Amino acid sequence: MKLFSKDLLGIKELTKDEIILILDTASGFKDVLKRDIKKVPALRGKTAVNLFFEPSTRTRTSFELAEKRLSLDVLNLAVTTSSVVKGESLIDTALNVQALGADFMIIRHSSSGAPHLLSKNINASVINAGDGVNEHPTQALLDAFTIKEKLGEIEGLRIAIVGDILHSRVAKSNIYLLTKFGAEVRLIGPPTLVPQESESLGVKVFHDMDSGLRDVNVVMMLRIQMERQGKGFFPSTLEYFRYWGLTAERLSVADDNAIVMHPGPMNRGIEISSEIADGPRSVILEQVTNGIAIRMAVLYLLAGARG
Amino acid sequence: MRILIKNGYIIDPSQGIDGVGDVLIEDEKISEVRSQKSEVRSQKENKLKTPNSRLGESPKETELRTIEAKSMYVFPGLIDMHTHLREPGFEYKETIKTGTMAAVRGGFTTVCAMPNTNPVNDNSSVTDLIIRKAIQEGACTVYPIGAITKGQKGEELAEMGIMHAEGCVAFSDDGSPVMNSLVMRRALEYSRTFNVPIISHCEDMHLSEGGVMNEGLLSLTLGLRGIPSEAEEVMVARDIALARLTNGRLHIAHVSTEGSVRLVRQAKEMGINVTAETCPHYFSITEDAVKGYNTNAKVNPPLRTQKDIDAIKQGLKDGTIDVIATDHAPHHRDEKLREFDQAPSGISGLETALSLSLRLVYEGVLTMAQFVEKMTANPARILRLDKGTLKVGSDADVVIIDINKEFKVETEKFSSKGKNTPFDGWNLKGMAVMTICKGKIYDIS
Repeated sequence: MKLFSKDLLGIKELTKDEIILILDTASGFKDVLKRDIKKVPALRGKTAVNLFFEPSTRTRTSFELAEKRLSLDVLNLAVTTSSVVKGESLIDTALNVQALGADFMIIRHSSSGAPHLLSKNINASVINAGDGVNEHPTQALLDAFTIKEKLGEIEGLRIAIVGDILHSRVAKSNIYLLTKFGAEVRLIGPPTLVPQESESLGVKVFHDMDSGLRDVNVVMMLRIQMERQGKGFFPSTLEYFRYWGLTAERLSVADDNAIVMHPGPMNRGIEISSEIADGPRSVILEQVTNGIAIRMAVLYLLAGARG
Repeated sequence: MRILIKNGYIIDPSQGIDGVGDVLIEDEKISEVRSQKSEVRSQKENKLKTPNSRLGESPKETELRTIEAKSMYVFPGLIDMHTHLREPGFEYKETIKTGTMAAVRGGFTTVCAMPNTNPVNDNSSVTDLIIRKAIQEGACTVYPIGAITKGQKGEELAEMGIMHAEGCVAFSDDGSPVMNSLVMRRALEYSRTFNVPIISHCEDMHLSEGGVMNEGLLSLTLGLRGIPSEAEEVMVARDIALARLTNGRLHIAHVSTEGSVRLVRQAKEMGINVTAETCPHYFSITEDAVKGYNTNAKVNPPLRTQKDIDAIKQGLKDGTIDVIATDHAPHHRDEKLREFDQAPSGISGLETALSLSLRLVYEGVLTMAQFVEKMTANPARILRLDKGTLKVGSDADVVIIDINKEFKVETEKFSSKGKNTPFDGWNLKGMAVMTICKGKIYDIS
């Protein structure tokens, strides 16, 4: 089986079978990552360009490492060093990168739909590394991979996503993926950060932690984006933590074997307490490791989809 | 020169004409209209008659051109009371020349130019410039609309009186609504001196902050910031309240929501001095057109939902909405070929408005006469223009329409520089085949 598209734009655009294929392929690459020599020649001679129009450490380094493990030549283009500051349009930037010989363009951009715009206008494979508040598909894939690794099948699991749903592309991609796989997805947060329309996506909305977290198998915490503070979504981080912060006490109503996830970077003491972040139920660092395997799988399969 | 339009089906709501007949044009004026179903009107009966002294002075002027309009409709030239011609300042998007050519191609003989140019039309020298340019280069009549406030900043009133004397027919801060209720109150009060309407772009800029499409499930799944219907409706409600307070003449621009229709209907029932317009895109397509991040479907106010379309059609039918305007908003291709949230809002509308609006007639929402009224007599009444009529002595602005002619929208063939429309590729029925502006014939077919 192959992926249907040359691009990975979002989980929305993927079928369940394609997702399973990516997860299975990642499993093989995870074995590679455990070896002494962690590099395979799969994509030697091809070039990946990481086009990051937003600051990112975790996702960019994860992609870069995944690319290098596949023997790709890698170019990093950060917004501060690119022509964008000189007023070049996104499409012109991308066409120039393509002219340099890029086979893959990994894009992170603050505008939702930016990868879709590139997808329509360039031939290279476009991978969405986070666009606006739309999607962050590789994050959802690595989250699914981690959940399956820890708890087995996703179907039937109760999974709570907690925090700023409104501005979270991670939440969106996870909602699409987990509902495709038959999980019971709950969104928890203040009404200002959990859009009312969310329920139409097949999820349950809660505004208080105690009822939302009851008996859940997975707690996915989202980062409270500090730049939102002072925009009136909630009065203070102190108050936020009191109602929606994850503490051991709050977690006690969850399933005994519940795992805690976070896409990072964490704000300790704002959305998550250190005792939980560093505690035995946290799989946060494993998510990071799995991210490389997932991104290797995506790059590898997209190369195959291109034929 | 004399022009005789023969055997067309004439509809002129301004004088209740609805039947087959002939229109005679002399000296750039309507000189006679004769129709079967209505009484014969000739210049002798009309006070507005123009002296016919020049007739017969030279062979050229007595030359008669006969246009056979059998099986065609003949209407007064259409009026668009909401057009962005972009000149001065944004000539790369549109000019008075190209914009008025687009108008003529779309069956319009009069357009009203919104003031958000650069510089803003907030003083009489800009008004004068637009009028002069329109006379020199324009294909049809252009009436400028002045800004309500200086620089459209919503703070100090612009010189409405002087601009009105220079030719502005209405005032609007279209695109950057007057957020300060006191300033809006003053504008509605002060404009009464000159009996000119204040055209309100109703949008609460706080509620709509950062929004780029309709708020709802679709905006959530596309990850685009939404603009709730309420951002429009709270301002419609505010402006209606201020119209009641001031007795000013309020005209609500581009109604896009069910709630706005309800508010305007209620206000009219209460006898408040308010009129309203909508645009073809608000009764033709829903927010679904945005899918795939189609920037040509990005417009402000945003495309809404089916229930809004239904309410707008009902509002057009029952007279709540007086006018169909285009909100013609041309943009350069490069500006639309961008990230969705970075692209400017607007649809190039002059060359599709007539055909899209005719669909309302085919669907039975409007009678042909109601449709014509909303694009001729009603905007003329609101703006107090001697236009949109075939009355003897008025300017010879006429459009001949073939309602059976089917065609495909091809933006490449637009006269407008703005190719930005979500209707590209649509198959439409009914178009202007000839537009006559002050006696000048534009053969479109």
